[in-house]
Amino acid sequence: MSQANHSIPLGDKLWRWLVISLPYWWLAIFFLAPFAIVFKISFADPVVAQPPFSNFFDFSPGAESWLLATLDNYRFITEDNLYWISYFKSLKIATISTVLCLLLGYPMAYGIAKCQPGTRNILLMLVILPFWTSFLLRVYAWIVMLGKTGAINSLLLKMGLITTPIEMLYTDGAVYLGIVYTYIPFMVLPLYSVLEKMDTNLQDAAADLGARRWQVFFNIILPLSMPGVIAGSMLVFIPALGEFVIPSLLGGIDSLMIGRTLYDEFFINRDWPLASAVATVLLFIIVVPIMLLQSSQKERS
Amino acid sequence: MTAATDKEAPKLPETDFTETPWLDPQAAPFIQIKSLSKEFDDFTAVDSISLDIYQGELFTILGGSGCGKSTLLRMLAGFENPSAGQIIIDGVDISDLPAYDRPVNMMFQSYAVFPHMTVAQNIAYGLKKDRLPNAEINSRVQEMLELVQLQDLAARKPKQLSGGQCQRVALARALIKRPKVLLLDEPLAALDKKLREQTQFELINLQHKLGTTFIVVTHDQEEAMTLSSRVAVMDAGRFVQIGTPLEVYEFPLNRFVADFFGTINLFDATVTSSVQVDSCTHTIEAALDKTGTLVKADCSHQLNQGDIISIGVRPEKLSISQKKPRGKNLTITNGIVEDLAYYGNRSIYRVRSHSGRMIQVSAQNFQRTKELVLEWDDQVYLSWDSSCSVVLPE
Repeated sequence: MSQANHSIPLGDKLWRWLVISLPYWWLAIFFLAPFAIVFKISFADPVVAQPPFSNFFDFSPGAESWLLATLDNYRFITEDNLYWISYFKSLKIATISTVLCLLLGYPMAYGIAKCQPGTRNILLMLVILPFWTSFLLRVYAWIVMLGKTGAINSLLLKMGLITTPIEMLYTDGAVYLGIVYTYIPFMVLPLYSVLEKMDTNLQDAAADLGARRWQVFFNIILPLSMPGVIAGSMLVFIPALGEFVIPSLLGGIDSLMIGRTLYDEFFINRDWPLASAVATVLLFIIVVPIMLLQSSQKERS
Repeated sequence: MTAATDKEAPKLPETDFTETPWLDPQAAPFIQIKSLSKEFDDFTAVDSISLDIYQGELFTILGGSGCGKSTLLRMLAGFENPSAGQIIIDGVDISDLPAYDRPVNMMFQSYAVFPHMTVAQNIAYGLKKDRLPNAEINSRVQEMLELVQLQDLAARKPKQLSGGQCQRVALARALIKRPKVLLLDEPLAALDKKLREQTQFELINLQHKLGTTFIVVTHDQEEAMTLSSRVAVMDAGRFVQIGTPLEVYEFPLNRFVADFFGTINLFDATVTSSVQVDSCTHTIEAALDKTGTLVKADCSHQLNQGDIISIGVRPEKLSISQKKPRGKNLTITNGIVEDLAYYGNRSIYRVRSHSGRMIQVSAQNFQRTKELVLEWDDQVYLSWDSSCSVVLPE
């Protein structure tokens, strides 16, 4: 090992180290450092000042202790139901949205993967196409569609199928719709890439050995597409969990997701320490399951 | 048998058809393919093929890529629906049965071993789908593992296996359901040369042991030659010739078969005379097109003077020498060694004859010498016996 290193000139070695460490620097500067700041603030007390939180250290001579950390914020989160409710609501909405994305996205991805290569590219293009317009604009479009005097209600009224407009906007249903609509490409693309690479001989082999179509799906296709299912679910679940825009535009007053709570604590209540604590807990809610999942994946392979 | 028939029994020794059931007029074919066709949008992959295969045969379908052999195999397995025709196995018409209901299993060219299952799980899969009791599944899997000598690797995942081991898994998985017919798609193609030779013999032994009818599809004529009881040479969706490897090699029906099944030197010629020797042999004499060299050949049917034919000679049937050979019934020509390849046991020479034709000769290296017996640019004589000339219709 050291033998090999000796033969590499110092300049090259430095360069190599720089290139390899670049992503780590990126993570350190743009993720770890801000998180460390948030983490630190979460142990402070709110004060009416600029910035609106107390100092972390107190080195003045008469101080009782030089460390002024407090767990009050975390304690408060556990005591006030509001936070539990919004965490739970977020988890519920993110989970159901992920499942819906999976149920809708899997057949889509499978269908695209089964197409001729030419058709395939057009269909993939269509999946990605919505990204070419602003996300906000697309969510606003749903307001126009779903509102009491919106396109869907007007059409149904005109056709005489309903007599009073259906309450669609500002409901949980609208939030699910918005999240599924926005995030489904993130589910379809990883699933497609797994399904497209799958050897069709495996499916023929299973059929040859006596498997019916549904058995081929559950014994062969689904287990082999699990990497895509997991990747897609992560890509939908994580942003959906912290989603702020969709519930605030499409959701009702009671659709209190954690993103909204965070926003309110920071900008309405100006309680930065509490907001930081909420953000820290959210991060652990996301990170811990992912780490567990990854370690189980590693064991399996 | 009654005494009366005993008396009438022919005095001739009874012919044993166990190794050659296709010659037995009484034998009932095990697999009958009746004018089977498969048309895709713009072309006909399989063009009204009929074929009888007998129980216990190791039948090979040989053809180049795109000849329709894979489509035929996929129709036998049930992955493609025939456009027309019937497939009957052991008296049952299976043409409309889905793949999972057919008494047929297949070993895929890529092996198609399920990567997320262990060796034992792969082999057990077919029986699990038949909902057999676990105890029976386990004992039969064990039996199969022993048959293909993979007992120690039962718990491994396919990723941890070599190509040859994967092939055994695929074979065991296909055989465990005791199919009436085993289909093998290019069974040796993915193996290296040493392993191929070994596996080839193992396959034949296994087939003898189990008595299962094997249908092999391959593009490799050597594979077809060494494995099969009979070969069907396929081209453009049709069978060009069906016979034992020896028949197809030594008595090809046309230029395509002669050229595809082995190597052959082909000469265009015109018949100058045809003499009947006995009931099924005619000795003909023909003049080669460019040079007029007279070639003698044996032919099974009458030809007329002026008929245009091809004369074929296999490279190993030619003798090469620096001295002019003598002998009755010999066709002799001469030329210059233009290329030679030394293989150790034999050498291949490409000789340019005086008419400009390139003739390939394969000669055993009988003697142990310090230098090559023949060198580049040596003047040589080529000769062959008239019985070695193959007469092919133009």
